[in-house]
Amino acid sequence: MPTLDMSRTELREVNATLQAAAKAQANEPFEITNPRGAHAVACGLDGALEVTVKGSTGYYCAGMNKDATIHVEGSAGPGVAENMMSGTVVIDGDASQYAGATGHGGLLVIKGNASSRCGISMKGIDIVVHGSIGHMSAFMAQKGNLVVLGDAGDALGDSLYEARLFVRGSVKSLGADCVEKEMRPEHLQILADLLAKAGADAKPEEFKRYGSARTLYNFNIDNADAY
Amino acid sequence: MSTPTTEPRQSWTFSKETNAEIRRAAATGIYDIRGGGAKRRVPHFDDLLFLGASISRYPLEGYREKCDTAVTLGTRFAKTPIELKIPITIAGMSFGSLSGPAKEALGRGATLAGTSTTTGDGGMTEEERGHSEKLVYQYLPSRYGMNPDDLRRADAIEVVVGQGAKPGGGGMLLGQKITERVAGMRDLPQGIDQRSACRHPDWTGPDDLEIKILELREITNWEKPIYVKIGGARPYYDTALAAKAGADVIVLDGMQGGTAATQDVFIEHVGQPTLACIRPAVQALQDLGLHREVQLIVSGGIRTGADVAKALALGADAVSIGTAALVALGDNDPKWEDEYRKLGTTAGSYDDWHEGRDPAGITTQDPELMARLDPEAAGRRLRNYLNVLTLECQTLARACGKSHVHNLEPEDLCALTMEAAAMAQVPLAGTNWWPGKPGF
Repeated sequence: MPTLDMSRTELREVNATLQAAAKAQANEPFEITNPRGAHAVACGLDGALEVTVKGSTGYYCAGMNKDATIHVEGSAGPGVAENMMSGTVVIDGDASQYAGATGHGGLLVIKGNASSRCGISMKGIDIVVHGSIGHMSAFMAQKGNLVVLGDAGDALGDSLYEARLFVRGSVKSLGADCVEKEMRPEHLQILADLLAKAGADAKPEEFKRYGSARTLYNFNIDNADAY
Repeated sequence: MSTPTTEPRQSWTFSKETNAEIRRAAATGIYDIRGGGAKRRVPHFDDLLFLGASISRYPLEGYREKCDTAVTLGTRFAKTPIELKIPITIAGMSFGSLSGPAKEALGRGATLAGTSTTTGDGGMTEEERGHSEKLVYQYLPSRYGMNPDDLRRADAIEVVVGQGAKPGGGGMLLGQKITERVAGMRDLPQGIDQRSACRHPDWTGPDDLEIKILELREITNWEKPIYVKIGGARPYYDTALAAKAGADVIVLDGMQGGTAATQDVFIEHVGQPTLACIRPAVQALQDLGLHREVQLIVSGGIRTGADVAKALALGADAVSIGTAALVALGDNDPKWEDEYRKLGTTAGSYDDWHEGRDPAGITTQDPELMARLDPEAAGRRLRNYLNVLTLECQTLARACGKSHVHNLEPEDLCALTMEAAAMAQVPLAGTNWWPGKPGF
C-alpha cells in the first residue's frame, strides 16, 4: 500500500499524488501517516480511490470529495467533507464545527460526536453521527438526510428547507420553522439503509423525524417574529 | 386687490418621496426591497479632475503614441494569472437574478473586449462558460450550485465576503424568479424565496479564510487566481486581512455598487462611497509591501472612462462594472417606456429587478420577456461600451503623459470639493492642501 508520510511530505505533494491516483482510477488504496492536524488533507479527490488517514486532521479534510472513500482514524477539524459531491467519508473520532457543510451528495459517517452547525446548508449529502451534535445543526439545510444516534443541541434545523433530520435522543430545542413530523414507512426504509451503511447499531423505530413546517418558504410580514 | 398668500412649501425633511415611502410602509407593513446601488448623491469621481500635462509634464500624442491598457491579475500565488487587454472587468451577477441570455450577452461582450466576466450566486451556467473566454467563479456563502468541476473549469475564483450595496447582508431571490431550472441549480423547491446567507457556512474570520483559500488552491492545483471580494465597510483593515489571508486579488465594492435585491434602507445607509474606499485600501497594500503584487479591483458606480482613469490614478489595478454593463445591454432603455409606466416607474428609475418583470428582458426568468434580449446584439453593445471606456481612459492617461494607464497617479488629480479632497487625498483645486493632509 503506498504510504504518504506527512512528517516528510508537503501537503501539496500529498494532495497532488492522491488527486492524480483518483483521476487515474487507481485500484491500490493509499495510507497517509502523521497528518498531525494538517488542513485540507485529501481534498478535491475525483475518483474511486480508497484513502486511510492514520491520525487526526485539521480543517476541510476530504473537502469537495467526489467518489473517493476516505477513512480518518482519528478526529477531524472544522468543515470535514465540506461540499462533498459523492463518495464516503468516515471519521472514527469526533468532528468539529460545520461537518458536511453544503454537501451535495455522498455519505459522511462520524463515529464520535459532531460539534455545532453539523450539516449546515446541506444540499443532498447523507450524514450519520453515532454520537451527539451541537447547536444550530442543519441550519438552512436544503436536501439530504442527517441521522443522529445521540442528542441534538439548540435550534436544530433552523430555517430548514427539505432536508430530513432523524434524531434518536433528545433535542434541546428546534429552530425556526423546524417541526417534528410523522415517521412514515418510506422514512423508516431510508433510515434503515443509512444505519446499515454507517455500521450503526440502532433501530429505525427508535428515532424521531424532524422537517420543515414550510411556513417561512415565502416571505410574509406576519412571520417577522420568527426571524 | 387680493391679499398676498404664503407659497406652499414642501418640507425638506418630509419631502414628497419621504412622505410617499411613509404612506407605502403604513399600507404594507414591509420595507422596500429593490435592486441597484445607492441612489443618494455621494462624493464620487465626478468631484475629481485631471490636471493634464503642461510645462512640468509632457503629454503623449493621441492616436499615435502607445498607451497600454493590459492588466495581469493573480500574479502573487497563482500558476496561471489572468491576462486582460483592458483594466475593466464585468462584476459578478447571478443566473437567477439575470436571465440566461443576459449572462450569455455579458460573456460575449466581455470576450470581444478582451476581459473577464463573473458568475454570481446560483452557480455557473453553460451560457456564460461557453461564451466567456475568461470567467471568474464566485464562491459565495450560499454555495448554490458550487461544485469542484466548475471550480476547476473557471479561470479564477472569487471568494465573496461582501458587496458594496449591502456590506454585512445576504440576499433573497423571490419565488417568482425561481423557475424549474433556477431551483434545480440551487437544490431547492421551485417557487420559494431563496435566501442567500450573509456569512460563509464553514469559516469565520481572517484566520479561517486563510485555510479556506488553502483548500481552494489545493483543489485547483494552485492554478487559479483567488480573488476576495469585500464591500466598502472598513477598507483599510478588510484589505489588509484579505491580503494576509492569501488573496491574489482584492475586489473592493463601494456603496454605489448594485445588487439584485435588498432592502432600500440597507442600500442607502450601510457602507462607504467608492471614492472613500480606494485610498485606505491602497494604503493597506502599501503598508504590507503588496501594492501591485496583490491587485486591487474597484467597483461601485463606474460609468465612464474618466471614472476608470480616476480609480486607476488612486491606485486600483482595474475596475469592475455591473449596473453600467446592464444598461449597455439594454436595461432601463426608454424604448420600453410604456411598459415601465405600467409598472409604476419610468425608464432610468426601474429597480424592481427582484420581481422578474423587467421589460428589457434582462432581470427576469419569464420566457417571453427573456426573448426580447438578443444576446449577440447585446454582447456587441457591451463590447462597444467597453471599448469606449478604454479609449476615454487612454485619452486621459495620454493627456497626463502616461504610456500605461497604470502610470496614472494621485498627483495627476485635484478635487472640486472638500469632501472629495479628503476622501481621495488629493489637493482641493487651486490649493496644495486636503483635509487630513499631514503637516497642515
